[in-house]
Amino acid sequence: MCTTCGCASGNTQIEGHDLHHGHAHAHDHDHTHSHAHDHAHSHSQSHSHAPDAKGDLHYGRGAAGAHAPGLSQRRMVQIEQDILSKNDRYAAANREKLAEQNLLALNLVSSPGSGKTTLLTRTIEDIGKTFTCGVIEGDQQTANDADRIRATGAKAVQINTGKGCHLDAHMVGHALEQFDLGEQGVLFIENVGNLVCPAAFDLGEAHKVAILSVTEGEDKPLKYPDMFHAADLMILNKVDLLPYLDFDVAQCIEYARRVNPEIQVLQLSARTGEGMQGWYAWIEQRQQALLQAKLDALESQVASLKRTLGKG
Amino acid sequence: MHEMSLAEGVIQVLEESAVAQGFSRVKKVWLEIGRLSHVEAEAMRFCFEAVCKGSIAQDAELEIIEIPGTGWCHECGKQFEYQARYDPCPHCNGYQVQMVAGDEMRVKELEVE
Ligand SMILES: Nc1nc2c(ncn2[C@@H]2O[C@H](COP(=O)(O)OP(=O)(O)O)[C@@H](O)[C@H]2O)c(=O)[nH]1
Ligand SMILES: [Mg+2]
Ligand SMILES: [Zn+2]
Ligand SMILES: [Zn+2]
Repeated sequence: MCTTCGCASGNTQIEGHDLHHGHAHAHDHDHTHSHAHDHAHSHSQSHSHAPDAKGDLHYGRGAAGAHAPGLSQRRMVQIEQDILSKNDRYAAANREKLAEQNLLALNLVSSPGSGKTTLLTRTIEDIGKTFTCGVIEGDQQTANDADRIRATGAKAVQINTGKGCHLDAHMVGHALEQFDLGEQGVLFIENVGNLVCPAAFDLGEAHKVAILSVTEGEDKPLKYPDMFHAADLMILNKVDLLPYLDFDVAQCIEYARRVNPEIQVLQLSARTGEGMQGWYAWIEQRQQALLQAKLDALESQVASLKRTLGKG
Repeated sequence: MHEMSLAEGVIQVLEESAVAQGFSRVKKVWLEIGRLSHVEAEAMRFCFEAVCKGSIAQDAELEIIEIPGTGWCHECGKQFEYQARYDPCPHCNGYQVQMVAGDEMRVKELEVE
C-alpha cells in the first residue's frame, strides 16, 4: 500500500504501470518534481518509519527496531491536524501546477453509468478545436475509457485504482506529469464512478462537477448529500429519456439546492446534444474567470513593482 | 472503502508528528470525527486496527470523539443542531445553512513514548 498518500497503490496503476515504479523513475530522472522528496522514500512495502536528523521520513528502516526500551517516557502530544492533510498538500501542489499552465481542471464525479465518458467524448469532438483538452480517466480496472477518449484525438491518461474507490491528489499528481497540454486548456478528470468517496478528496481541481442521469431518481442529492455539497455544478444528463420516465426535474434541483444553495444546474443529453451549448458556455466562462484571476494577480504585482520603482 | 485511505491518513499524520515531536511509539490516539463528516466512526475503528499493524501505532488504543453537527443560518442568523446536510433551519425553514461544526476529521492528540 502506498504510505505516501494513502491510496491503495498496491493496485494503483497509471497507464498499466505500477504507481511505485513510476516513483522510482520519476525520481531517478527528474529532481525538479514538486514532491520528489516524499516519493524518494515511499517505495518500501514496510510500514515502519523512522525520522532522521533532517526530519525526513525513511519508509522501511524500522522505527520499531530503533526504539530503545526503558529510555522512553510517556507523554501527551497535541496534534490538531486534519486526517486528509497529506492529500490536501498534494492537491495544493497540483493546483499550483495547473494554475501555472492556465489549465482549468474539472473533477467529474457521479455514479457509474451516468454518462461521464460519453459527455467527455462529445465535448472534445465539439470544442476540442477551441480548447486543448486532456483527460485523466479513473477506473478500478481497464483502459477502456482512456481508449474512448483517445479515439477523439485528445490526450488521455488512465489511472487504475485497483481496489480503490476514488482518485486522490497523489495519483493525479503523477498523471499530471504525463501531460503537456501547453499553455491554456481544459483538463477533465473522470473520477471513479462512486457518489460517496470522491467527495472527500480534493484533487486540486477548480470545480467538482456532479453528473446525475435522469434514470437514477431525483432524490440522489439527498441520499448522497456530501457529493452534491462539494460540487459547484450539477449536470442532469440523459434528458432525452425524460419522456419515458417519471423523473421530476424541478424536485431534483430543489433537493440539490437544499444541500448546496449555490449549486449551478445544467440539463443536457450527451447522446442527442441537447443542452450541450450551455455546458460549453459554462466551461468557457470558468476558463475566462481563471485567466482573469491570474491577470488581476499579475496586474497588482506590476502595480506594486511600479510603486516600488517610483519611490526609489 | 475510503475509510481505509482515511485510516492511513491518520498513520501519516502520526508519522509526521513523530519527526516533528521526537517520539517513536504511539500508545493512544484521540480522533475528532464530526457526525456529518466523510467517515463513519465504526468503519474508522475497523480500518485503523488494520493499518496500525507494523506502524509506530501498532497496538495503539483509539479514542473517537464524536462531534455533533452545528448549522448557522444565513437568513435568520441563528445556530442549531444540524442532523443532516439537507436539514432546513428549524427557526425559519431556510436552506441557506452553513456548517460550523460536524465535518471534522482530525487527529486531536496522542499519548506517545
Ligand atoms: N439515452 C442516453 N444515454 C446516454 C446518455 N449519455 C450516456 N448514455 C449512455 O449511458 C451509458 C453509460 O455511459 P458512460 O459514458 O460509459 O458512463 P460513465 O460510466 O459515467 O462514464 C452508455 O450506454 C451511454 O451510451 C444520454 O445523454 N442519453
Ligand atoms: Mg466512464
Ligand atoms: Zn473511497
Ligand atoms: Zn434560519
